[in-house]
Amino acid sequence: MSVIADSRRSADVPGLARILAGLHLDGLLLTSLAAVMAIGLLALYSSVGQNTWLVVNQVTRMGAALVAMLALAQIDPAWLRRVSPWIYGAGLGLLVMVLLSGDVGKGAQRWLDLGVRFQPSEIMKLGVPMMLAWLLHDRPLPPSFGMIITSLVLVLAPVALIALQPDLGTAIMITASGAAVIFLAGIGAWYMIGAATVALVSLPALWYFVMHEYQKKRVLTLFDPDSDPLGAGYHIIQSKIAIGSGGLFGKGWLNGTQSQLEFLPERSTDFIFAVIGEEFGLMGALAVLLIYLLIVGRGLYIAATAQDTFGRLLAGSISLTFFFYAFVNTAMVTGLLPVVGVPLPLISFGGTSMVTLLAGFGILMSIQTHRKLLAR
Amino acid sequence: MATSLRIKDTWAEQRLFLRRAVLSGLLVFGLSTLVVGRLAQLQIAQYDYFSAQSQGNRIRVQPTPPQRGLIFDRNGEVLAENVPSYQLELTPEQVPDVEDTLIRLAAAGLIEADELQEIRSLIASHRRFDAVPIRTRLSDETVARFAVQRPRFPGVEIRARLTRSYRLGPAIAHAIGYVGGISAQDRRELDESDYAGTSLVGKVGIERSYEDALHGDVGHAEVLVNARGRQMQVLDSDAPVPGRDLVLTLDAETQLAAWEALGGRRGAVVAIDPRNGEVLALISAPAYDPNAISSGLTRKAFRALQEDPDRPLFNRALRGAYPPGSTIKPILGLAGLTRDAIDPDRQVYCVGFFQLPGKSHRYRDWKRGGHGLVDMHDAIAESCDVYFYELADELGINRMAEFLRRFGLGATTGIDVPGEKFGLVPDPQWKRATFSRREDQPWYPGETVIAGIGQGYLLATPLQLAHATATIAARGERFQPTLMKGYRLSGSGATTAGEPTRLPRVGVDNDSDWDRIISAMNAVLQSDRGTARAVGMDAPFTMAGKSGTAQVFTVAQDEEYDSEEIEERMRDHALFIAFAPLEAPRIAVAVIIENGESGSRVAAPVARAVMETYLGSTL
Repeated sequence: MSVIADSRRSADVPGLARILAGLHLDGLLLTSLAAVMAIGLLALYSSVGQNTWLVVNQVTRMGAALVAMLALAQIDPAWLRRVSPWIYGAGLGLLVMVLLSGDVGKGAQRWLDLGVRFQPSEIMKLGVPMMLAWLLHDRPLPPSFGMIITSLVLVLAPVALIALQPDLGTAIMITASGAAVIFLAGIGAWYMIGAATVALVSLPALWYFVMHEYQKKRVLTLFDPDSDPLGAGYHIIQSKIAIGSGGLFGKGWLNGTQSQLEFLPERSTDFIFAVIGEEFGLMGALAVLLIYLLIVGRGLYIAATAQDTFGRLLAGSISLTFFFYAFVNTAMVTGLLPVVGVPLPLISFGGTSMVTLLAGFGILMSIQTHRKLLAR
Repeated sequence: MATSLRIKDTWAEQRLFLRRAVLSGLLVFGLSTLVVGRLAQLQIAQYDYFSAQSQGNRIRVQPTPPQRGLIFDRNGEVLAENVPSYQLELTPEQVPDVEDTLIRLAAAGLIEADELQEIRSLIASHRRFDAVPIRTRLSDETVARFAVQRPRFPGVEIRARLTRSYRLGPAIAHAIGYVGGISAQDRRELDESDYAGTSLVGKVGIERSYEDALHGDVGHAEVLVNARGRQMQVLDSDAPVPGRDLVLTLDAETQLAAWEALGGRRGAVVAIDPRNGEVLALISAPAYDPNAISSGLTRKAFRALQEDPDRPLFNRALRGAYPPGSTIKPILGLAGLTRDAIDPDRQVYCVGFFQLPGKSHRYRDWKRGGHGLVDMHDAIAESCDVYFYELADELGINRMAEFLRRFGLGATTGIDVPGEKFGLVPDPQWKRATFSRREDQPWYPGETVIAGIGQGYLLATPLQLAHATATIAARGERFQPTLMKGYRLSGSGATTAGEPTRLPRVGVDNDSDWDRIISAMNAVLQSDRGTARAVGMDAPFTMAGKSGTAQVFTVAQDEEYDSEEIEERMRDHALFIAFAPLEAPRIAVAVIIENGESGSRVAAPVARAVMETYLGSTL
């Protein structure tokens, strides 16, 4: 039984830490996640007009997500590694099914009804980095040209299917999670420069052949929101007013006029960061950002100290993707990026993304806590 | 192993990963700094700007319309008031299917089917949560009928709103006027901000001329609104100042008596207090119902009023210009005395016609065979035309015109009701300027002759005639006619007093000239030979008057050919002017009845009824 051991610290630290270790949970990560979710519930209560039922609904979802996290934390990363290709394959199959027979929600086909309605694209948020980490884990790094091409195909296949739904936000985030794996795997600088060049060159093609009219409009209004103040520019104008008028310390909880009087659209979902900025001010917004950084930092630390390549790549990708969620959302709400449908992680009201996110952190905790004593 | 196959170097890979992780960390830090910088920019640097933006977003200033002032008669009787009336209102937001609801409402007879198009555009012009009035002034029966079917029409409700009510109805219409919806033209003339929230504005009559006072001052409420403009909370408000209550010079009883005395005939009555110019009655018949017109007539009903050949919308008292006929004789007589054109005791032998020297045309007297020997007294009392033909010839048109203008003829009196006409006092200069054809331009002596009996080009409005009569009654003192007595003070109920506006006095050479004329006018009603003795002999008070009969020389332009109708409309207009009591006149009246044929038989009884009612109530 010498190969199997508990966390390194379980022997030294008594009490709470022992319980956490027994549950394969990471204390710092758990605390930070709980803090973000608590702030999120406060902001949500305010933004839904103090509708307790909706808050309870969100709490239920958080509970389910925490259960998913706890479950994944128990699974040995080695086992996770073995099932990675199967998860990826299943996700790809479901994405095809969505396109063939999906339900339409908010004008886009994203939902699949298999007893429970869910978005298969959520599976791919974890499925893609797992697949790439599996692909690269026993190959010499930095990856060869062939591996890079294979990885790109594995990323772009589901991304293309998701972009067709169309769900630009998720497509971008999954691309980012794949890119994170390849980057962390040590891809050479020239490859990166090349990829960046290709991306820049393909932008016009993307603009003219792939992007939908509403997506183009969102990009255009980013640069000039006043060109369409009641249409596409309305979101961003009202969001900036909400944040700006919050000032240093905010208007106070439940006192944000932009949100309470319904000037701010999507205030409980994609634009909830504007509610935080309005009611809690710069201080509140910074606090949220700080906790996010703490989570990302802890994630990168876990990745850096992971024992094998699969764990390192997967943990690193999950952490960076989480950060990109937070960054894209806050940048979008503050008018730095175009309006893409990316929720504020762990805070925005809504379904599957919460479960996926915490499932990801479950994997991180599993990587952190299932350590084997290795002979160096 | 071949060189092409690389060996997995775990240690090197770990170092590589660490470098990448650190690089990622730097990237994370860099991007976070970007967001923090942006937040600082929005929340610190541009705080003032966005703070103001959010204030502007949520606070709206909403107008609170004032209540319109009431209108009273001189004795405190209410002439115009605001009463609640029921209207059907539809709130589009609450209606599942607006079109279907409208069609069902029309089918149930609750709205007019031919107004559907107007209602649709009315609804389209309102916000979704505004209640749109789709039918005004519901009868009790309609209210009841709707109440029964109410569950069938969600989003449709009955509301009580204040509308204008005129108790005397058509009898007072042309004096007070009416209110109506604010038109695009009204908007150009009014201060928009004062009328924000107000839906009715004075259109004609007193309602229009005293619009500013009646309207009051709009109040405001600062309200908190949400993104859809729905009112959430009132933050601050200043109450509207209600319009001022007007007290008019009209006497409701006299007004009604005059209306009834006209008995549905076309015509006008104006009664003035000679001592101060206060208008005691002002009637134009036929009239419209100001209640109906104020609540908004359908286009069809309004067109019917406009196209009515009797022209009920036309204010004859102020805008009807009629030849004054023989009612002008007392003034011309006075002109003759003042200008020394005639010796009052000189007698003229009336043979029944008059001829200009060297001309064969005979200007006929109304009485075949003539009046025999008459002096000025007889000529007025019996209305001898020949005497006045001769007088006119001797005075000449310029001196006549100058004297008539002194009595206010040919000019507006300045009454405080808009729309008054000038009438016409013709002279050679006017004729040159008016007629374009050269052969029409010279003034002919014959035109002077017929002006002597108030015919020809001479035109006067009933108001001008009443004003001139009041001037005779007051022996030359003239006051600008007014309908406004003052404002009713809300506390005491007292009326603010205004000074009458004096106009230039009519001076005569000898004060006894007035006595002569007034005595002759008294003889018209209260002597054996007076033309209107049948009306005046049994009166309980002394009075003076003069009958007139004006030839109608234009045929009414009826579209349908109706021989009886046209014949009726070609008959002479009947006129009568009078004042009473003789010793200290308190009322002067002018009556005109279109196509009434005889001034003394048809118009004089109306004048007497008006004077009797007024004097009877104030004795």
